Amino acid sequence: MADNKDIWVFIEFKKNSIRGVSFEIIGKAKELAKKSNEKVCVVLLGSNVSKFCEDFSYHGIDRIYLCEDSILGEYLTETFSSILINLIKEYIPSILLFPATKLGRDLAPRIAAALETGLTADCIELDIQDGNLVQTRTVYGGNYLADIICPKNRPQMATVRPNVMERSEALEKNQPEIINVPIDIDPNQLKTKVTEKIETTVIDIKPIDEADVIVSGGRGIGSKENFKIIDELAGVLNAAVGASRAAVDAGWISKSCQVGQSGTVVCPNIYIACGISGTTQHLVGMKSSKKIIAINKDPNAPIFDVCDYGIVGDYKVIVPLLTEALKEKLSQD
Amino acid sequence: MRFIVCVKQVPESNDLKIDPNANRVLKKGVSTIINFFDQFVLEEASKIRKEGDEIIAISMGDSETKSTLMRCLALGADKAILLNDEKFLESDTFGTSNILAAALKKIGDYDIIFCGNSSLDTGSGQVGPEIAERLDLPQVTYTESIENVEIGKIKIKVQTDEGYSIIESELPLVIAGIPPSYYQPSIPPLPKIIAAQKKPFEVWNAEDIKGDKSKFGSAGSLIKIIKLYKPPKREQGIVITDEPKAAIEKLMELLNKDKVI
Repeated sequence: MADNKDIWVFIEFKKNSIRGVSFEIIGKAKELAKKSNEKVCVVLLGSNVSKFCEDFSYHGIDRIYLCEDSILGEYLTETFSSILINLIKEYIPSILLFPATKLGRDLAPRIAAALETGLTADCIELDIQDGNLVQTRTVYGGNYLADIICPKNRPQMATVRPNVMERSEALEKNQPEIINVPIDIDPNQLKTKVTEKIETTVIDIKPIDEADVIVSGGRGIGSKENFKIIDELAGVLNAAVGASRAAVDAGWISKSCQVGQSGTVVCPNIYIACGISGTTQHLVGMKSSKKIIAINKDPNAPIFDVCDYGIVGDYKVIVPLLTEALKEKLSQD
Repeated sequence: MRFIVCVKQVPESNDLKIDPNANRVLKKGVSTIINFFDQFVLEEASKIRKEGDEIIAISMGDSETKSTLMRCLALGADKAILLNDEKFLESDTFGTSNILAAALKKIGDYDIIFCGNSSLDTGSGQVGPEIAERLDLPQVTYTESIENVEIGKIKIKVQTDEGYSIIESELPLVIAGIPPSYYQPSIPPLPKIIAAQKKPFEVWNAEDIKGDKSKFGSAGSLIKIIKLYKPPKREQGIVITDEPKAAIEKLMELLNKDKVI
């Protein structure tokens, strides 16, 4: 345990860019590293990722573990986990952080099991106390917060929820040490393969768990066509469009937009809920948003219990007025 | 083929009280139900089963967990296994996945291991991938649908941030989660509940499943909750009931004042 040192951040890529959550985790890792007097390292796995090393040289990163191979172009649990497990065993970090995304939540538990160490999912805060990483997450449907440590084993592992930590600010350029990680994978030995990719979302749009602003529609929207009203407000705010389960089930919007317990848990700066009553399963997914604005015609809708600002009224009237008012306000700024 | 479905019993409501002397919730007297994500994967497993296939439901818990497993039998499982031993108590995901993996090794022969995508109480979604690693099996998470299954191989559609991927895999594998978008857990009809009483039901303890007991239960748990507490309460919001135009004006004023926009 005494030999374990350094804080590692696993970097996730989306298409041809670095996912924003990676810089949020780096921001927190630097804070932790200062407290524990350790180095911050990033781990890059992919098919064409060495070009991103430059991006990390403005963030006070000490070391980059770079593993580049065409076989890593598609994420597969078995390739990524085997490389990481070997790498961690060789360089023995003290803390290992992943984004709590679909990829991170698939990969991290596999690695924790192989390394026989603890893992905390979906952390919303991290701190160092008495040499341990204190990991905070919500439990019991958001009714409680738990502070968790992994006292006996190393590395200490956590997945970190997007959008809750401050992004790392760019600093003066440094020269991180680059360690090229060899790859020893026989493609013929793999048990899984990706045979097809189906893209349903517009590539330029951020995934909803990384959006700063989300405008969501629910059952009250009434039809697929009416989602245009939501789209227009989202457009003005440069926001992502979200939805409740009811709207997804009705086929008005794609499932990747679903906010809630069986969809995505989000934490934007501003969440605007339109025609959403606020079922428990939806509230669990959005109630930690920093500011919540609710528009619903039912004054008794549970969404009004969690909102910061609410308007009781027909969204068809209210939302276009809000769109206009915001357009005007933002053009003045 | 043989499908194994791992199920968890969870509190019916997450509105629980804390044990002030220990950093955990009070579970005594709290009514429990099957984790509905687990019931969903059981129902999905039932959909792809063909004649001659077998579904085994397995759960770790106490005598109360029997009701959850009986429900699984009524919903289509052919056999149930309850993992019950004092040594299993207070397991974290590390302990739980070690216990389940040991039990699965005892079962020995299986094609697909199903887990719900997470539990409604603590919800880490880690046990499935951890089992897969311990049994050295491939895994998929965030499954959208099972496209095709045949002896030794499977084709699965999984959710990604961009949309979907089609993954082909060898069997056996672990399907760690099929997140439902809409799901109304079905209630088994009475004849099936009665028929379930006659289905095989086994109880296994730590001796039965062998494995490394130092990795089970509280002794083997790696994580420790040092504090369990209520999140800071949101301040009571302002709800505007004015006519639309006036309401928007008021809202914009508030957003300006609070520097939201």
